[in-house]
Amino acid sequence: MLKKIDDNIFELSMDHRPGMRVPGRIFVSDALLEMVEPGTIDQVANVATLPGIVKYSMAMPDAHLGYGFPIGGVAAFREDGGVISPGGVGFDINCGVRLLRTGLSHESVIPRMAELLDSLFHEIPSGVGSKSRLRVSERELSEVFHTGARWAVEQGYGVEADLEHCEENGALDGADPSQVSVKARKRGRPQLGTLGSGNHFLEIQRVEKIYDEAIAERFGLFEGEVTVMIHCGSRGAGHQICTDHLLYLNRAVQKYKIDLPDKQLACAPLGTPEAENYFGAMASAANYAWANRQIIGHWTGDVFRRYFGDLEMRLVYDVAHNVAKLEEHEVDGQRMRLCVHRKGATRAFGPGRAEVPEAYRDVGQPVLIPGSMGTPSYVLCGSTRALDLTFGSACHGSGRIMSRTQAKKTYAGREVMASLERLGIKVMATQPAILAEEAPQVYKPSGDVVDVVHNLGIARKVAQLVPLGVAKG
Amino acid sequence: MKGYEFLEHTADVFFRAYGGTAEEMLESSASALIASMIDPSTVREEESWKVELEAESLEDLAYDWLSELVFLFDSERAVFSRFEVSLDGNWRLDATVWGERIDRKRHLFDCEVKAVTLHKFQVKRDDRWTLQAVLDV
Repeated sequence: MLKKIDDNIFELSMDHRPGMRVPGRIFVSDALLEMVEPGTIDQVANVATLPGIVKYSMAMPDAHLGYGFPIGGVAAFREDGGVISPGGVGFDINCGVRLLRTGLSHESVIPRMAELLDSLFHEIPSGVGSKSRLRVSERELSEVFHTGARWAVEQGYGVEADLEHCEENGALDGADPSQVSVKARKRGRPQLGTLGSGNHFLEIQRVEKIYDEAIAERFGLFEGEVTVMIHCGSRGAGHQICTDHLLYLNRAVQKYKIDLPDKQLACAPLGTPEAENYFGAMASAANYAWANRQIIGHWTGDVFRRYFGDLEMRLVYDVAHNVAKLEEHEVDGQRMRLCVHRKGATRAFGPGRAEVPEAYRDVGQPVLIPGSMGTPSYVLCGSTRALDLTFGSACHGSGRIMSRTQAKKTYAGREVMASLERLGIKVMATQPAILAEEAPQVYKPSGDVVDVVHNLGIARKVAQLVPLGVAKG
Repeated sequence: MKGYEFLEHTADVFFRAYGGTAEEMLESSASALIASMIDPSTVREEESWKVELEAESLEDLAYDWLSELVFLFDSERAVFSRFEVSLDGNWRLDATVWGERIDRKRHLFDCEVKAVTLHKFQVKRDDRWTLQAVLDV
């Protein structure tokens, strides 16, 4: 049973299904709750049955139906007796978002938007079957798995300061490329430096509104400034790593006698070889994704520099939204190391945490929330309240409400393109059907989702960014 | 007896595939996987690939089969139109897959299957064989 316990907080009681070890917590407004499918609530309950789960099985305001965890799911497990599960990370390991600021005002960019977007679309490979401009050797691929964004910077893709502005400095400790299969390497090697397809995108934006002047200034954002947001992940490497370890962890489930409500929640007790191996492989994929975004970000900079001269494009921040990590949190007054899973959720650490880059440490980390092609994206700032409520987590987007099949029946790609054009948003995609599937109407309104996060105080609004040009895979 | 249908799922692809035999079910589930991404009539039979797999149960084998096709699609940059599967009693699969390399001018993809999930993954037999699966796209 779902019970409202405060504004924007609903509790799912432990009688929702047998085996729940903790209650669920769904962070939504009354209006957004109506858009949460019953299947999503069942998935919150399924996660609550996993061994060693601490406090609550949580869902962020953009929650929707996933596989295993719901999308927007957050759960933390104690080191002793808890588990790690690929169902809480997903196939696109370290799918994430990075935001670059250009220092350019939109007046100087608008006249050249069409050709700028065209160059970005053609120079940054995207879509099914696309080939990277980059050729890496097997040895270099291992380096990517080990050192993530650092590898890219060492090859000349970006600068040292970029690393300080990535979650985990662009590389998760504990990567073990020996746990990455030949198949995963084969898929990953030609795809490093590609955007992918589906909901992945590269977007040119304008800072439309500033909510907090002081923090916006700290993040380097001003009204009217042009920014670039990049959303992509670990490509075929991550997808294959998850596939391989899912089968392997299914055998661990039998070995460790764990009773699962959903096979996608396959897991292993933390500290066992199966858990360590999955973590080592997952971290390799996470690092691949950071290198990928670093390279794509650098190429984006190259295009901008060609049009606008020697401008200094800076990385505001880069966040992961599909990942499991070991973090310290306070539970019932005690500091504990927990394995925090965020499946379609963003870390939102507040001031003071050592994980927040020094430049932002006294204000909290930037939290990047993309909208859809036609609705604004938001930059928020993490808060201490998030640490109390959600293990330092916030939403990761707007959340889908309409299936892809329904979207294609309802909208035509060309019409979506024309209506965005009327709003002053230029869109390029490998084919029109992609635009129908990703039409703004298939998502919840991004502002409503972000308001829940803001009103709960788990992250505070800093700036609103509106799309000017979008390149889709 | 052979065929497939797509069911509603908010973010991903949920399908059921049927066959009079387990082999037919595996063939139609492969067709469903491809049809979730692209109009199959746009795919020519120009090349073939061999697939050999072994598993501990039919359900595991079915998961391996679909995952192997995702791997072939992504690593060979190829898309498929016809499948011929044979099984022996010990959950060993031998298959031939026909299709062609992706031609970005001719092949218009609606989406890209990243992986086969185990969520709701099921193989069952009543008057016919049924496989249901959710694909991450």
